[in-house]
Parts: sequence; structure tokens; C-alpha cells
Amino acid sequence: MNRHALPDLTAKAISGGVATDRRHDSAHKHVTGEAVYIDDMPEPAGTLHGCLGLSTVAHGAIVAMDLAAVRAAPGVVDVLTAGDIPGVNDISPSGRHDEPVLAEGKVQFLGQPVFAVIAETREQARRACKLAKIDYDELPAVLDVEGLDPLSDRLVAPGLTLKRGNAAEAISKAPRSISGKMRVGGQDHFYLEGHIALAVPGEDRDVTVHSSTQHPSEVQHMVAHALGVPSHAVTVEVRRMGGGFGGKETQSNQFAAIAAVAAKKLVRAVKIRPDRDDDMTATGKRHDFLIDYEVGFDDEGNILGVDYVYAARCGFSSDLSGPVTDRALFHCDNAYFYPAVKAVSAPLYTNTVSNTAFRGFGGPQGMVGAERVIDEVAFALGKDPLEIRKRNFYGVSERNVTPYHQTVEDNVVQRIVEELETACDYAGRRREIAAFNANSGIVKRGIALTPVKFGISFTATHFNQAGALVHVYTDGSVHLNHGGTEMGQGLYVKVAQVVAETFQIDIEQVKITATTTGKVPNTSATAASSGSDLNGMAAQNAAQQIKDRLVAFAAEKYEVPVEQVVFLPNRVRVGNQEIPFGDLVKQAYMARVQLSAAGFYKTPKIHWDREKGEGHPFYYFAYGAACSEVSVDTLTGEYVVERTDILHETGRSLNRAIDLGQVEGAFIQGMGWLTTEELVWDEKGRLRTHAPSTYKIPLASDRPKIFNVALADWSENAEPTIHKSKAVGEPPFMLGMSVLHALSDAVASVAGHRVCPRLDAPATPERVLMAVERLRAAAGT
Amino acid sequence: MTNIRREIRLLLNGDEVALADVRPDETLLDLLRLRRSLRGSKEGCAEGDCGACTVLVGRVSNGELIYEGVNACIRFVGSLDGCHVVTIEHLKRPDGSLHPVQQAMVDFHGSQCGFCTPGFVMSLYALWMRSPEPSDREIETALQGNLCRCTGYEAITRAARAVSSYGRVTEDALARERDNIRARLAAMHDRKRVEIGEGEDRLVVPASVDDLAEVLAAEPTATIVAGSTDVGLWVTKFMRDIAPVVFTGGLEGLQQIGEMNGTITIGAGVSYTAARDFLAWRIPALGPLIDRIGGDQVRNMGTIGGNIANGSPIGDTPPPLIALGATLTLRRGAERRTLPLEDFFIDYGKQDRQPGEFVEAVHVPIPAPKAHFAAYKITKRRDEDITAVLGAFHLHVTDGKVSSVRIAYGGMAATPKRARAVEAALLGRPWNAETVEAALPAFDEDFQPISDMRASATYRMLAAKNLLRRFLVETSGTGKPFTVKRYEEA
Repeated sequence: MNRHALPDLTAKAISGGVATDRRHDSAHKHVTGEAVYIDDMPEPAGTLHGCLGLSTVAHGAIVAMDLAAVRAAPGVVDVLTAGDIPGVNDISPSGRHDEPVLAEGKVQFLGQPVFAVIAETREQARRACKLAKIDYDELPAVLDVEGLDPLSDRLVAPGLTLKRGNAAEAISKAPRSISGKMRVGGQDHFYLEGHIALAVPGEDRDVTVHSSTQHPSEVQHMVAHALGVPSHAVTVEVRRMGGGFGGKETQSNQFAAIAAVAAKKLVRAVKIRPDRDDDMTATGKRHDFLIDYEVGFDDEGNILGVDYVYAARCGFSSDLSGPVTDRALFHCDNAYFYPAVKAVSAPLYTNTVSNTAFRGFGGPQGMVGAERVIDEVAFALGKDPLEIRKRNFYGVSERNVTPYHQTVEDNVVQRIVEELETACDYAGRRREIAAFNANSGIVKRGIALTPVKFGISFTATHFNQAGALVHVYTDGSVHLNHGGTEMGQGLYVKVAQVVAETFQIDIEQVKITATTTGKVPNTSATAASSGSDLNGMAAQNAAQQIKDRLVAFAAEKYEVPVEQVVFLPNRVRVGNQEIPFGDLVKQAYMARVQLSAAGFYKTPKIHWDREKGEGHPFYYFAYGAACSEVSVDTLTGEYVVERTDILHETGRSLNRAIDLGQVEGAFIQGMGWLTTEELVWDEKGRLRTHAPSTYKIPLASDRPKIFNVALADWSENAEPTIHKSKAVGEPPFMLGMSVLHALSDAVASVAGHRVCPRLDAPATPERVLMAVERLRAAAGT
Repeated sequence: MTNIRREIRLLLNGDEVALADVRPDETLLDLLRLRRSLRGSKEGCAEGDCGACTVLVGRVSNGELIYEGVNACIRFVGSLDGCHVVTIEHLKRPDGSLHPVQQAMVDFHGSQCGFCTPGFVMSLYALWMRSPEPSDREIETALQGNLCRCTGYEAITRAARAVSSYGRVTEDALARERDNIRARLAAMHDRKRVEIGEGEDRLVVPASVDDLAEVLAAEPTATIVAGSTDVGLWVTKFMRDIAPVVFTGGLEGLQQIGEMNGTITIGAGVSYTAARDFLAWRIPALGPLIDRIGGDQVRNMGTIGGNIANGSPIGDTPPPLIALGATLTLRRGAERRTLPLEDFFIDYGKQDRQPGEFVEAVHVPIPAPKAHFAAYKITKRRDEDITAVLGAFHLHVTDGKVSSVRIAYGGMAATPKRARAVEAALLGRPWNAETVEAALPAFDEDFQPISDMRASATYRMLAAKNLLRRFLVETSGTGKPFTVKRYEEA
């Protein structure tokens, strides 16, 4: 495997260039168990293990903390509390100083880390943790956003208002209007590899932290703050994560900071790997929302004006809740043009775990609100929701301005939806389903086709930059490093394909190396679907610099015009002769040509004025659509997804095999969010669904029985992105909405499609049955 | 004493391992990862749900060497005496080439983040060995105990269908080595009791059922561990001290299942997997129900006896067995007693089991040919989920009227419980919608369910009533679908 073979100097094409279905670079290692995750690394001699002591009340002042029994427990080396943090006891990524590493004086949610036990073994640390005696003076706890006032109650960050036209007037003048409320549940990331950090102390003030994180630079900065040392003393490295999905964008900070503080204090390596239950209890999740909406429309189903309030349960600190709730508003339109719109976000403070990034970053919640409004209009008029959707799509050259005043320049939603509608025979199946339902007692079927339009770019403009580092060694092999992290999405292989393509060398010649803050500094999180867009460009830039030097060198040495230096597969044609890439590199080295380059990229065109709510926050949009059909048991609410058809566009894909995996996986994850993944807190604020026994992500047997997924082969990015590809991480997540709406359609059939089911998410069997009961009561059947 | 051995012996991949220092609560995953540095098996949940730690355990059962997937995270080392443990590290061929399952997973892009992948490979390996050309249903059933958060499973199932195009089962290393392995395991099997440690370090593996009775008579408060699918969590999740521990999973004397005079007797050590086909053959409704208990790994470890003995109000086998009129045999020393299964469950966490006593067997009368019997399990997620409500119905109709009826529910009370008021409301009346509707208020006499993270009390009660309606529709032969199905039943 991966035996070093000599490159083929007569090949017509390199292996592993762009637009090939290259397998994941670690696939062999995944299937053999040889891929090394942090817990698999050989531990430095004397490594200690940490366990976090979590608060047992949702809100309270710490009156007394008796940790004597913890300290005396077998194997315990040290117990850390807030006072042991030598630097700043804060890891708030927003800079609001509202998130302590270890709680100080008070706790603000049940599960907040209060102390950390460091012991010889993980087992000893876990057992010792249970011996703590902490007295709290309990305070009233706000656990839910229901009943809070979005306008006057405490927020963790300023809300946003988007406004175009006069929504209130448009609604009041509209022939019809409806208002309602929707609940959308949160979601646990359930990455299979939980959080973990291994801190290894170095000399001076140095520490190296192996962290399972999507954001090594931020971990570096947070560790430095907590230790009170400059960033240059901290190196953070991550080769791969066992899944991230946004859950390791900021949530890794805490484990890394505590491990580093303990490691420096005790001068021994320290590893912290929380148990799954602690991981789920103590780290943030997708925000759940309460969405108030009002829509004005005409008798044909044209939306004339909408008014939204998106209230989010953010938890006790700001974390990323500001930008997450902003993005909910950026997607309150999904693919629809609103002639007049007002949308307000309310990132509300609650005494629950601080919610965070999760694939889609608030966008999915925004879009679910938009789709509910479509349903309301459709049921009010007795029309098929798909007709209302199509009627309200953004236009191509008109009706194309978003609530944030960006013009949609690349709209392909009509084409996507039309092609999918035909391919899956939506109309024919809708008729069959109606016939089936008319004749079926208990089992009812439903179908829905929902679109996705998702904005690509970090809305914080400065994050849209990336760096890469490329070395070419004298044997022609290439060392590739960039700021992006690998969490399974195939970023590493995609960027390696870009570099292989640039040099025209087989991808086997390109070594993909672990992301580390020591090689590429000040990186952005691998998030917002931006990994390939940003890092692919930065790596291409680095490779191109070296390539340009090689061209100049060859032209000079062989006395040919630069146009006559052409990179062919594994070789370079210089004038009339072909020189193996490795030989040319050796010659360049001998001539003292620099064979290393740092690449850089920043996304053009984007800008955003948050105060005004206007700008061009997204470089481009990604589109897709899904059609799902379900069967529902109206006695129990149990259901089966009979079939799903997807058409999604990823531009001129760098790697369609990888992209297909992203689309399939994202759809299932989105479906899980809206169906069986239910987070339940009890009246004390304790999370009761904190492990896979109680929190149910989809299984293989939850997949649609028939699952047809296609990537639009005609798609290419209108903007000059890396090889004209499009981002794919987040957009297909929202395709899962088709299942929620198919369930809603099936429920609606019990009342003759005359009442909007208002099916909230997650649509567990219980919620489906209760909706059935509600509709039956409403229809008097 | 000559009939006592002081070490656990097992075959780990190719190595014979003798362990004299096993703690009673030491898990196989800790042995692999911490003691043996075999770190291909991952810990994803430590509760037997995610399958990232899946390994194969080979054991000789009725003379045959069988390999089954198990969750190493909740499997105790003490339960592996005389077994062959096969981990992901054992699959690659000596020349470095990949095993057919591995190559299929690579070629079909079956891994993304890769953390769950070793577990999937092991589950697919077990599937391939027992069914080289699996149906989609077999694939999905085999993967119920493996969670993947990245791929959406589509690529993995594509790989699963293709494995046999990469190699033949008969040429597989475990198949070729079968005789050799059986001989090596037989050599370890010296019919001695294993005892290790004292006090809170004490574990015992009895040599036989009689020996078990003797051990328990001497250690009446010992924790009896059969499949460890429940007790495993006492250790990994609650860090409870469980010693002294008596491991019964390897006792062939408890693993017999057979039928006599219309009654099936299931030994307390019979796993769900071992019981499944026999029960499905004689009582067809139990097949699909067993297929929805845990995942494959849990069904391979967990026992029907354990499911009864631990007394959970949401155990999946007691309600149907109660509805069928099952009885239970308990044994202490040489004494045995038999009682109706429903009487075993006294209250939440309290069963009619005396110190030193153990569940030996459960006896299940096969329903009469004309009897109606059904068991419906309702969960949030279809598969590998703990029951919200489970209703089991057993009813005879004579001349259009209900001539006998037994109904039992799980998830509706502190124990698995009969719906006696509902039964009374049905008995002697015509088996039709009118009778069923009239009987529904009786549910409120029988049950006062609770609300928890699995379901609200309101939903539980409504669904419980509706299951009776479903049973009527199913037995009334309208031909219309009475529920949604993932698969067409055979």
C-alpha cells in the first residue's frame, strides 16, 4: 500500500488530478484501523488523564466546594479549579468574556465544568470526580425561550434586523394573511470521536496540544490566553477528527485549555477525553428556535410580505450565537423572493449549555421557517405546496433581491426543481398517493419536494482568508500543508488534487500533512463549507508560485521562451525535450531556486454592513432540491421514508465521489435533525438524552427505501472559485426538509388537506401522532 | 484445589493469552486498547450502542465454531474464557493487502471520518461469513448496531452488497483456520472453574450449571453476568462496583432451547440471536420483534434470561412472554421452583429472586393454531431503540367471541404488566370494533404511565390503546395495511 512507485513518464494524465473520483486519502487506514486519532497516539511516558467535574444545578452561586475526598482518591495527582488558571479564565470566542474555562463563583447551566481532576489513569480521574461535594445557592433558572420576550429579555449578543420594503404594510394590505408559531428542535453533533485534547509540555513556556478541533488557531489563542503566554508558545496540531459538523469549531477550546494548564503545572503530558455523556452534557449543540411568522399573500399564492421573529435558545454564553442567529435570518428566504420583508433575530440567554455551530449554522432553522410559511399559504388556498414554492422562487433577472439587499446573480433553482420534478415523477406520484390514501385506513402516504439555496462565505468577512505551505523536495516529492482541517469531508484529498493538478504530478507524490499552527498561522475555522474554496485556492497559489519559478528557471537554463515550458504528466516539456519533474526540480535546486512557498487567498466581492443590514455577504449560492415520500401509521405516528430523490449542484466538482458522499450524508443528518433526533431537558435543566441509548441519530435502516441521488452535471460556479467548483459541506443538509414536509403532507391527508398540520420539528412518531389527532379534531373526522 | 484455574485464557487474533490479573469489571475494549495497544477498535459511546468497538468473538457452540460481532466496550474479559477474539488488526493479509470487506469499503467510499469504520468492517465481516450474498434487509439488520454520522450509510451498504465480488468466504483466513482454531480453543477448555482475585477484585467463571449453583450458594450476593448488555453499563456509565462477579455466558448447560409438548423451554443463557430462528419458526410474531432488540452485537451477547432477570419495565421479551403464559424456573442450589412469569415482577427494580437464586429457564407455551398473537414495539427510532411502549396480545376467538385473552404491556408501568381490566372488558364479547372501543377506557384502570425522554404519558396511553385497535385490524383480515413496514414480511 502506498509503496513509493516511480512516476509514469509517459502517462496521458496524472493520477488524482482535479475532477477525478479519488478516494479519501485515509481510506486504507480507516478500514484497517491504522488511522491514528488522538486517543490512539502513543502516550508520552508519565501521561496523566483528566476528567471534568460538572455542575449539578442549572443556575446557582457556589457556596462551598469540598474537594478533599477527590484529592485523596486513588491515583489523583491534582485537582484544578478556576484559581489554577494562570492567565485569563475565559474562552469566549466572541471576545465577550462570558465563558469561563472553569466556573468561578457561580454556575449557569447544569453540566458546566467546575473543576478538573488529574489522575494517573482515566478511570481513576472519572471515579474521583464523583466524590466532590459542592454546595450551591440555587437561583431561578431560565431553561426555555417559550415565554421570553425577544425584544426585552436578556440576549447573549445583539440581535439583527433585516428589512426590505414595508412588511407590515404589505401584510395588512394583502388579500389574505396568516400568522403562526413554529418550534424547531436543536441537534447534537454526535461526532463518533468525542472531544479530546492531549497537551505535552515543552521547554520554556511552550506547550504542544493535540486537539480534535476544526479551529486550531483559535485553540492556540485560547490556550495562550488561559496560560498567560504569547501565542508563539503554543502549537496546536490536528491530523484528523472523527467527525466535527461544527461541534468542534469552538467547543474544543475548553478541553485543550484545561489539558494545557494541567500539563504546564504538573510538567507531564495530560490527556482529557470526556465520556460520551459528559461530552453531550457539557458541550453546545445546534440552536433550537421558536419562530413567529406572519405572511400576507394573494389568492394565487404570491407572497406579498412576511414578518419573522427568530428566537433562539443560546444558552449561558454568546459563543457563536450572534453569527448563527444572523445566518438564520440570511436564510429566512430560502429560495423565495419576498417583495417586503422584516426579520428579527433574538439570541436569548438561557441557563442551558451554550449552543454553537452545527452544519448550516442557523441557516437550516431559517429555511425551515420559510418552508412553514409556504405550507401555510398552500393550505390556506387548497393548493399543492410545490405550486406555491415555484410561484415564489427568486427570478433570474428580476425579483432577485434578498432581504439583506444582495442581488442573487446565479439562480438555478427553477432548473434544479424542474429537472427533479420530472425525474421523480412528482405529479404522477402525487396522484397515486391521493388514490392510495382515499382507500387506506391506517396508513397514509405523503410527498414533498423542497428546494435549497444556501449562501457561501463566512458572514464575518475577515474569516474568508486562508494560507497554505507547499514544499517541493529535491526528489520531486511534495509536502502540502494548509490551514484547513480534515474531519472526514475529504478536504485533504481535494486540496492535494489541486496541487497535483497544478504541478501535473501524480497525487501519490503529494504528502498531505497534519494541520498545525506552526506551519500556517492565523487560520479560519474549517467551517461554513469553505474548506476547499479557501484552502484549495491558497494551496494552488503556493504551488503556482513554485511552478512559476520552475518555469522561469527552465526558460533561462534551456534558453527557450516561457511559453515553451509546459507541465505534462510527471514531466515538463522544455522546448523540444521532456524532463522528468523530479529532475527539473533537482536542477532548480542546484541553481538555488527556492522550492517552498506560502500561499494565500482571500475571497473577493464580499462585504457586509451589519448595522444597516445590507451588503454582499455571500460570494455565491449553492442550490439543490429533494423530493421525499413517506408512509405514516396514523395509530402510532410511526413512519417510513419510502423514497427520496435528490438533485444537487456542486459546480464543476473537484471530486464527485467525495461530493456524493457529502450529499448523501448531509441529507441523512438533516433528516435525523427533523425526525428522530430529540433533545430532552427535564425541569431541573438536566439533559436526559445524553448518549446514543437515548439520543437517536439515523441508522442504515432509516435511509429512504429508495434513494436516488444525482449531482447536476451541468453545474459550474459563476464565480472563479477553485476550478469552478462549489462548496458542498452544508447545503445538502437542508434537503432533509423534504422528509418533514412529506410527513406533514401525510398528516394533512387525514383532514383532506384543508388544515395546515403545523408539524413542529423534530417530527418524532409522538409529534406526528399528536398532529394527526389535532387535525382529526379540527376536521371533525 | 485442582479443579480451579487462576487465569482467563483466550485466543486474541493469533496469540494465546493467559491473564491472571483480570479485574471483574475489566472490559475487552480496555484490554485491547490499554493493555495490548490494539487501538483500531474505538470507543464511541461505552454503552453498546454505536458499534465503533465491534470485534468478533469466536466460540464453540454445540460443537461448531461460530463468530459473532460483539461490543468490546461492554463485554467483560472474564466472560471470554476459551474464546477467540478477532479484532480489526487481524484482517489485513500478511502481504499487506486488504481483506475483501476492507477493499469493498475503500472502493465504494464507505468511510469519511473513519472513526466508526473499523466497527463497520467487523460487522460486515460477520455478515459476510454468515451470508455472503446478503439481502438489503440482512445488511440493514446487520448494521443496526453501528452508527455512522458522516456517510448516511448509502456507500456502506453499496460496499456490503459487493464484498463477495472481492473474495470467497471459504478462502477467508478464519474459514481456513477453523479446525486449527477449534483445536486451540478446545485445548484451553479444561472444564475447570476459573477464580481470580478476592473481595472487590473477585470474579468466578463456573465450570457448569451445577457449579454455578454451588458458587451462588456460597456467594449469594454475587452479580450474575450473562451477556453484560445491561451490567456493562453499570460499570462504564455508573462506575458501580459489581464484584464479586459470576460469569454465566459460557455455560452450555444454560444455552439449550427446545420444544416439548407444545412448550418451548429457553435456557437462561440463550442469546437473542440463538433463540431468534427457533422462536420465529414456532411463534412467527417473535421474529421481527427480536430483530428490533438492540443491534446485532447486543443480540449476540444479550440473553432472554437476562432480559427477564434484570426486571426492567421496558425489557422487550417479558410482555410477549407474559401474554403467551410463560413460566419461569428459578434455582438455588439443587432446589428449583417455577412461577408464572408475570408474578416474577413485583415492583420497579424488585423481582421475586432470592439471594443465591438464579433464573435457569423460561417455558413458553406455543399458541394454538387458531389463536391470534402479536407483539408491537413502538420506539422513537425504528431500530436499536429502547421501547416507549410495547404491547403484546394473545387472543382466542370462538364463535365470533373472545374466548380467552392475555394482554401485556411494557413501558406503561413500573414493571411489565398485564392489562387485566382491558382483558376483562374484552372477554366473552364479540371481537369487533365496538368491543374494542368500549374496552379502551379500561386502559386507564390498568395503567398510569409516566412521561420521560422517550415519550409523554399522553402519547404512551394513546398509542397503547391504538395498538389494541391495530391488533383488531390485523386479525380481522381486511387486507389493508395495519402499520408501516420497512420490509415486506416473509
